[in-house]
Amino acid sequence: MSDTHAQTVPFVRETMLPPVAPPANEAGVVRWLRQNLFSGPLNIALTVLGLVAIYYVLEGIVPWLMRSVWTADTLAQCRQIIAERWGEGATGACWAVIRERWPQFLYGFYPNHLYWRPTLTFVLLFVALAPILFGQVPRQLLWFSLAYPFLAFWLLWGGSIFLPLVAAAGFLFGWLAYGLAARFGTIPAVAAAALVPVLWWLFLAGDVSDDLARLTGRSFPLWLEEVRSDKFGGFVLAVTIGVSGIALSLPLGIVLALGRRSDMFLIKALSVSFIEFIRGVPLITLLFTASLLLNYFLPPGTTFDIILRVIIMVTLFAAAYIAEVIRGGLAALPRGQYEAADALGLDYWKAQRLIILPQALKISIPGIVSTFIGMFKDTTLVVFVGLLDPLKGITDAVRASTDWKGIYWEPYIFVGLIFFAFNFAMSRYSMHLERRLKTDHR
Amino acid sequence: MTKSVFLGTLTVAGLAAGLASAATLDDVKARGELNCGVSTGLTGFSLPDANGNWTGFDVSLCRAVAAAVLGDGTKVKFVPTTGQTRFTALASGEVDMLARNSTWTFSRDTDLKLDFVGVNYYDGQGFMVRKDLGVTSAKELDGATVCIQTGTTTELNLADWFKVNNLSYTPVAVETNAEGEQQYAAGACDAYTTDASGLAATRAAFADPENHIILPEIISKEPLGPAVRHGDNEWADIVRSTLNALIAAEEYGVTSANMEELAANSPNPEIQRLLGVQGDLGKMIRLDNDWAKRAIAVGGNYGEIFAATIGEATPIGLARGLNAQWTQGGLLYAPPFR
Repeated sequence: MSDTHAQTVPFVRETMLPPVAPPANEAGVVRWLRQNLFSGPLNIALTVLGLVAIYYVLEGIVPWLMRSVWTADTLAQCRQIIAERWGEGATGACWAVIRERWPQFLYGFYPNHLYWRPTLTFVLLFVALAPILFGQVPRQLLWFSLAYPFLAFWLLWGGSIFLPLVAAAGFLFGWLAYGLAARFGTIPAVAAAALVPVLWWLFLAGDVSDDLARLTGRSFPLWLEEVRSDKFGGFVLAVTIGVSGIALSLPLGIVLALGRRSDMFLIKALSVSFIEFIRGVPLITLLFTASLLLNYFLPPGTTFDIILRVIIMVTLFAAAYIAEVIRGGLAALPRGQYEAADALGLDYWKAQRLIILPQALKISIPGIVSTFIGMFKDTTLVVFVGLLDPLKGITDAVRASTDWKGIYWEPYIFVGLIFFAFNFAMSRYSMHLERRLKTDHR
Repeated sequence: MTKSVFLGTLTVAGLAAGLASAATLDDVKARGELNCGVSTGLTGFSLPDANGNWTGFDVSLCRAVAAAVLGDGTKVKFVPTTGQTRFTALASGEVDMLARNSTWTFSRDTDLKLDFVGVNYYDGQGFMVRKDLGVTSAKELDGATVCIQTGTTTELNLADWFKVNNLSYTPVAVETNAEGEQQYAAGACDAYTTDASGLAATRAAFADPENHIILPEIISKEPLGPAVRHGDNEWADIVRSTLNALIAAEEYGVTSANMEELAANSPNPEIQRLLGVQGDLGKMIRLDNDWAKRAIAVGGNYGEIFAATIGEATPIGLARGLNAQWTQGGLLYAPPFR
């Protein structure tokens, strides 16, 4: 039997076959193309249509970009150079307008010899943001972050250093008043902390800063050349409004979100009506109110800075949206977290600060950053109240000169790229923050 | 109690506002600066250069008023206003005068409580078409697509004119002049319509101006002029007189160059009164007698300003047309200075 068996098994493989490369149409690029682009009649049709569309777009843009002119004094010169180099009828990009007018897009009409001031303010912004944004930075830098708003105001608008110092002193007095009144209980302490700075700013601060400025004279370390708000424009304006709005709207939004979830009727009613009112009107309405309507109500002769008015309105607008985003984060927290905080015997503020808000804010990061990005882009709407934003205000002003009349795409592309850089950075940072704060194991 | 305090405050504020707007001249003098509302950027009329200095036809009028009132043509704060904010900015006191290419219409003068003090540019709405279209008159535009800025009087004029002439058209709505130029240049419409001065500037900026023509029909009256708030006649007089002084100076041949010489030697009593050598005209508008001299010294007389900002020697190349002196067949006619 064993013989038979031996004959019926003529060959027993003793080694494995070496793996054979997959067939050509099942490997590499071909496979990827087949799977992703040509997997069926519908996808084939879509791919072909997509390619045709891309081809048409690139066919227009690429040659236009290839025929770029960087050095010319006027649009007419640009056209002449393009015609000389690439023949009559050729169209090309005229970046000479950016080359000549880029300071205007960045700084508006800020005086030329003072460009270093907004630039320095912008660089210091990152120093001030570093301890807030990144955990590895020494904590002592937070003091600089606190001083930064006053420093930035002084650098941008100039004037006497005592104005921002005296304004900052108001916060210091508020803190001192809180400390002194704390022994009488929380409510008097909060009242004192709110009242003392307001009284200081209303009745004393102006005179004190004027007197100090007069005593010290207008010499460099204590006095910078004044730059008025109507000189602001371009990205200096957009970043000033955007950063102030972002910095102010987050705390205000948190307070509003907590207010909306409060059990106290009055606070809840106020928060709800504020949020719903602001969300119910377009930003442009608020900007028009800021620029035109307020003048009717204010006593005549009051010069209430237009940029300040716009910052206030943009802040209120963004705060209402932030409040709703954060409310979403608060609602997403399991009830157990609130109960655990109560069980630990924490009072309301400690519970919010130590347990609730850190988690709620973490959940809300994508929504908050979206709101910020939207707000930063919305700063271009200030063009409707006559401020020279980079996208339309400055572009129109540049285009109104006879040298550059008729230019269309180049300024838009330039401004768009800078906006993209800002917003992409914000978006990437928010992703980084989400990863850093990720504590769960989902 | 609280309510009455609140209302009382409002009343005081309102009264004070009334008082303040009743004496714009004092406000301007106290401030040491004229707030002048201008366009955010309109070729030839008002635009900031690379250093933020404003120039242009409308801007020159602001400077002339500042020179007459404050003695210095640079003491002007130019407030860029948009089509939507311009009249409210004036009414709310944010600007003292408006020199922003605004058409003087009945309702703006009465209902909006503005006072147009005169006309510094007579404009009218026209059409631009490509030459190869073979159209020589706007009446041949039946069935054409027309690029038109939305929300302007030009849009209404267009509808009226086509209706009156029993023609049909398809509007292509554009938001701004720049967009209109782009659409027209890209062939999205057969004709582009806006004020004739704007058409000329647009045509001059094209790569191939010789291939476009501006049709002879002017379909609307657009008297553009400076405006002030209703109710402050004294201030209105000052702005009106300044504009008239610039126009009269051209008529009498007074330029920024020969002004001093004429003041000293001219036998013409009208020139003598204008330049403050004779009479007390300046006192009548609460200024000194050199007011007109200073106004003319800033940018020259009307003709000089026109030539320097929008005239035929500039890239915009507007002819004087209706804006010539009445002695030259135009409409400029300043009342006598006596």
